[in-house]
Amino acid sequence: MTGVTRREFLTRGGALIVSFSLAPAFAADDPQNIGKEPKKAPVLPGSLKNAPLLDSWIRIDANGAITVFTGKAELGQGIKTALIQVAAEELVVHPRAITLVTADTARTANEGYTAGSQSMQDSATAILHASAQVRAILVDLASQRLGVPPHELTVHLGTIRSRDGRSMSYGQLVTGETLHVDAAMNSPLRNPRTRGVMGKSMQRVDIPAKIAGTPIYVQDLRLPGMVHARVVRPPSYGAKLASVESARVEKMLGVLKVVRNGSFLAVVAEREYQAIVAMRELAKAARWQEQPALPPQTGLYEHFQRLPREDFVDLGGASELATGTGTIRATYRRPYQMHASIGPSCAVALLQDGVYTIYSHTQGVYPLRAAIAEMLTAPAERIRIIHMEGSGCYGHNGADDAGADAALIASAFPGRPVRVQWMREDEHAWEPYGSVMVSSVRARLDGANVAEWQYEVWSSTHTTRPPPAGHLAPAWSIETPFAPPPPKPLPLPAGGGNRNALPGYTFGNARVVHHFVPSSPLRVSALRALGGYHNVFATESFMDELAAAAKADAVEFRLRHMQDERARAVINACAERFGWSQFKRARGRGRGFAYARYKNLAAYCAVAIEVEVERESGHVRPLRAVAAIDSGEAVNPDGIRNQTEGGIIQSISWTLYEAVTFDRTRVTSRDWSTYPILRFSNVPESIEVHIITRPGAPFLGTGEAAQGPAAAALANAVADAIGVRIRDLPLTRASVKAAARKR
Amino acid sequence: MSRRTRLDFLLVLVVSILVFLALSWRGEIAPVEPPKRFDAAQIERGANLAAIGDCVSCHTAPEGKPYAGGFALRTMYGVLYGTNITPDPQTGIGRWSQDAFVRAMREGVSRDGRHLYPAFPYDYFTRMTDDDLHALYAFIMTREPVSARTPEHDLTFPFNIRLLLSGWKMLFLDRQVFAGDRSQSRDWNRGAYLSETIGHCGACHTPRNLLGAERKRRHFAGGQAEGWHAPALDASSRAPMPWTRESLFRYLSYGASERHEVAAGPMAAVVHNLGAANEQDVRAIALYVASIMGAPDEARQKRAEDALAMARENLGAADVSARSGQPEGGDDAAIEAGGEIYAGACALCHGSAERRPGAPSAEALHLALSTSVSLQSPGNLIRIIFQGIAPPDGEAGPFMPGFHGALTDEQVAALVVYLRAAYTDRPPWPHVGREVRRVRQQLARGH
Amino acid sequence: MPVLNVNGTTYQIDADPATPLLYVLRDELQLNGAKFGCGLGQCGACTVMIDGNAVLSCVTPISALEGRRVRTIEGLGSLDNPGPVQRAFIEEQAAQCGYCIPGMMMRAQALLERKPAPSKAEIRRHMNANLCRCGTHMRILRAVERAAALMKVK
Repeated sequence: MTGVTRREFLTRGGALIVSFSLAPAFAADDPQNIGKEPKKAPVLPGSLKNAPLLDSWIRIDANGAITVFTGKAELGQGIKTALIQVAAEELVVHPRAITLVTADTARTANEGYTAGSQSMQDSATAILHASAQVRAILVDLASQRLGVPPHELTVHLGTIRSRDGRSMSYGQLVTGETLHVDAAMNSPLRNPRTRGVMGKSMQRVDIPAKIAGTPIYVQDLRLPGMVHARVVRPPSYGAKLASVESARVEKMLGVLKVVRNGSFLAVVAEREYQAIVAMRELAKAARWQEQPALPPQTGLYEHFQRLPREDFVDLGGASELATGTGTIRATYRRPYQMHASIGPSCAVALLQDGVYTIYSHTQGVYPLRAAIAEMLTAPAERIRIIHMEGSGCYGHNGADDAGADAALIASAFPGRPVRVQWMREDEHAWEPYGSVMVSSVRARLDGANVAEWQYEVWSSTHTTRPPPAGHLAPAWSIETPFAPPPPKPLPLPAGGGNRNALPGYTFGNARVVHHFVPSSPLRVSALRALGGYHNVFATESFMDELAAAAKADAVEFRLRHMQDERARAVINACAERFGWSQFKRARGRGRGFAYARYKNLAAYCAVAIEVEVERESGHVRPLRAVAAIDSGEAVNPDGIRNQTEGGIIQSISWTLYEAVTFDRTRVTSRDWSTYPILRFSNVPESIEVHIITRPGAPFLGTGEAAQGPAAAALANAVADAIGVRIRDLPLTRASVKAAARKR
Repeated sequence: MSRRTRLDFLLVLVVSILVFLALSWRGEIAPVEPPKRFDAAQIERGANLAAIGDCVSCHTAPEGKPYAGGFALRTMYGVLYGTNITPDPQTGIGRWSQDAFVRAMREGVSRDGRHLYPAFPYDYFTRMTDDDLHALYAFIMTREPVSARTPEHDLTFPFNIRLLLSGWKMLFLDRQVFAGDRSQSRDWNRGAYLSETIGHCGACHTPRNLLGAERKRRHFAGGQAEGWHAPALDASSRAPMPWTRESLFRYLSYGASERHEVAAGPMAAVVHNLGAANEQDVRAIALYVASIMGAPDEARQKRAEDALAMARENLGAADVSARSGQPEGGDDAAIEAGGEIYAGACALCHGSAERRPGAPSAEALHLALSTSVSLQSPGNLIRIIFQGIAPPDGEAGPFMPGFHGALTDEQVAALVVYLRAAYTDRPPWPHVGREVRRVRQQLARGH
Repeated sequence: MPVLNVNGTTYQIDADPATPLLYVLRDELQLNGAKFGCGLGQCGACTVMIDGNAVLSCVTPISALEGRRVRTIEGLGSLDNPGPVQRAFIEEQAAQCGYCIPGMMMRAQALLERKPAPSKAEIRRHMNANLCRCGTHMRILRAVERAAALMKVK
């Protein structure tokens, strides 16, 4: 079937034909690509380009059961539901008829990581097209079997009917190799204006089981013969295990084995509590050699900016902009912040007959497999990694390391499944954080317009995801350790530390410099929104400062510099729903506005927040938040709403409370008492999310779109309330109180 | 009694009452327009004094606006409400002149001439210098005005008769500005001044008589505040590790010191505010209080060594029965049951022989070093077990879960009996079960 | 051997009496609703009900549970027959990753059994002991209100 044109499979009667001739990596409205020629060779849409076989995505068995495969993972963002909706739409079946299989190295395509808000753009796009093409193949087969031209057939709920009432089901049409064909360049996509399933806020398929307490999470997995393990983590990065008197622990009730491999130390027991108690005893029996290798907490930013760095001019030329009189300047700073997943990381690994089977909540089963294969010096084909849900990860947390822990212990204790559960302190102290970041911005106004804009950002890397093995923390401790490779900056347009460093606005002249700091005193990697959180916080705070200097309204000032129609639409929608121009001033209250397009190529999001600030204590109380978001075609509007509300609340927590603390040797943020986050007592009274949906438009990544705008809106609201601008995150009580005193 | 004597007696009584009324009467001080401008340095000084005095705690309702009043102070005489001292003209003290403010602080008389209850510790504030009182006035008058009417006190007869307060003052109010002790250092005197005036430490940490006046000769011998026992700050201190000026400073500044319990109950707010006060002043207070405690004698030192050794070995439930020197009369069944509860609910966290400020909760202090377990009565310990300890929302700080739902009264009692037996060499507390029930009832009533 | 009464059924548990209830529920009784979030009594993911009180099962040893009634979300209802609190959470789609939700539901159930018509402020204050990292707070609060309404109908 390969190579045969699909033109005859196009259903008529209002169907929309989409010919995908542009490479997905080439975003037509990416500011970097304006004016450039598109790539020459067309590629398949979304993840189809890496996995073109249709049955990598869709299988239909003889009794008509439909299984859809995705290389992505459910992180709690609702992706399973959205993908089922997409497949159900193009296959014209009820969502209940579809079983979705998620990331499993033995069963699904390699879609890399479930990260960067790429799932809709990668996987949903692939499934959308694959489903449409599968439908077309089935129609073609039915046409041949029924001897009726395709345009006289109707497709409905898994059955294809001719006008004279004869029909064939999907199950009847499909044989073994039917779908084992490469996808074509053209897909007969259905008319986006007559959606049956997509665009509806279908209830999430995973919620009922979670509400009922059904064992869904990897933390709930119980396999026959399973044993429990705990790792005694080093007290600091680079600590070496000098000695451990493990004899006493080995004799404790239930203990099966103490595993020592270099400085990697773990205990295996029959029961979970036995493992915990044994782990604590083992920790007391261990002697570590530590070095004070961390910078001082006060003076962190100054220290950071003095570290060696590589400079990249991301926008503009060699000469500096916005110098001389009339220049407005500001510096914004953000500390290390953590994912702090509510459920500490966990993995279950079994080594049997030379094959490792690992259950993990990693964001990338294939990448993790490659890293663990290298760490164990085992062939990747003998390692299977199956994704099971964990709690929300918000990026690269301890999940991969827990998988590596489990693999290491399983290799020393084969034949029985080994469950490794990280403790709260392990997750807090060892997860990779979001990098410390500093931005210096300056601009020159020409009347009420920004004539020159220069933005410089200092950041360490925003990805240390495995592979290689050197990115797995357990691999640093073992006898033959793996060192992390030198970090590299993520390339634009998505970027890492420079994500959203390029302003989405149109200024007279703009220059952006990314100071990439390869070394990082604390362990860092991808945290939701990556550099986008800080860069949008800085950019949008500075836009407010410029608006004030220009004596312009904050919203109006932004519109003046924004050409993109979709951006203008979310800005206007948000301002209007917030009641921006009717806002009534009251003592101690303030309002703030911010906008950004995540990565400059994903979802458009504007957020407005009203706060009440108590000067005496410095307490900031967020009263209400209003957001407007454009994610392209909204597959599940409630899913978008949920993610946006969640992003706003999480961003409020980061912005008001969060900073990782450390002394000269160790991280000291080890539990919720030493790293407090937002509680019910201080969530807003209301959050509204208004969705602008564009049927037929490409899906745009949504999960990280609200973090940056919410932070800036909050900071702008606080500045509005107290009349003083705070530029260092988080906006603690102490800093707000001190700032309020200046007035 | 003869008729003549009766008449004389009546005459003396009437004249006495008239004299008393005359002496008690206080006029109204004319209201003024809310003043607006104050010297910034003076406001700073006032802010520091207010932090040391912890004014905000008694003058702020839970979840209320700062200084806007409404805080319910439950006493054996009934409920008193901290007043609105924001500069709101109608419901606060916005119309009080500086003289009115100073009179209230020194004499316990409101602007309109009413006598104030000594729950407002003017018997301490009366000793402040004029300069400091003016600085405090500047601070208070520049706070955010809040319109909030303070509820009337709800006191039992005859304590609801304000006039009687004049009599109380005649008996107990010693109106003298703090004099200091020339034989002591400047820092000591600064600490003494702050503690004995605006800091009003003794108001909680000194025992009182039935009329609510302090037993002056037992200054700092321990008192009570809001249902909690305020431990002794003199030589009778029961802290297993004797306090030093350094450990006191760390406690007052950070809310915890390495070998002492974290601040709980009303003290938590006090140390929270002291964290914002001038560091030199807090050091001075620590120096002064340490000097009142004095150096530990030999018996106390020995007790301290034993406690530290126990903490370092981290004895668990299984070891208790084997310990020598266990006092007679312990309730063995309760000790065993309490030990089992301790092993499962407490041991996982409470195993550290020292607890640095900023340490995570899993490194909680070993209870052999806990003052609460060594006090004369178990009330504080029971309260902590029931309520736990939590920092203000969004702030880092020591955290302990409360066990009021998890454990029954019997179980809490067993745990308390166990802790006393296992981690001190002091005699067992009597009537622990009754104490537990009493505290639970108090907490249910909101105090 | 400690005896537990969980969701109306009595169990004899062959485990160290110091074992916190959370591990017994999850490992011995296969009741995985209550979750391990911190083991320190700080986050509330392990919340269950004991004698009608919302309790942190990670710091409650089974030795303390003789003669007391433990309830978990498996006792509030099932996948096919969810109880009112569970129905409310599903209707409000009050979950993102869902990990904190069983603890939230148990805490809500404890409140509603004591106080069938709590105000918004009371709900907030009562739920404050439980953490949610995904930011599902608004939906959780709405779900508790909806649960109150559903329970009133019953």
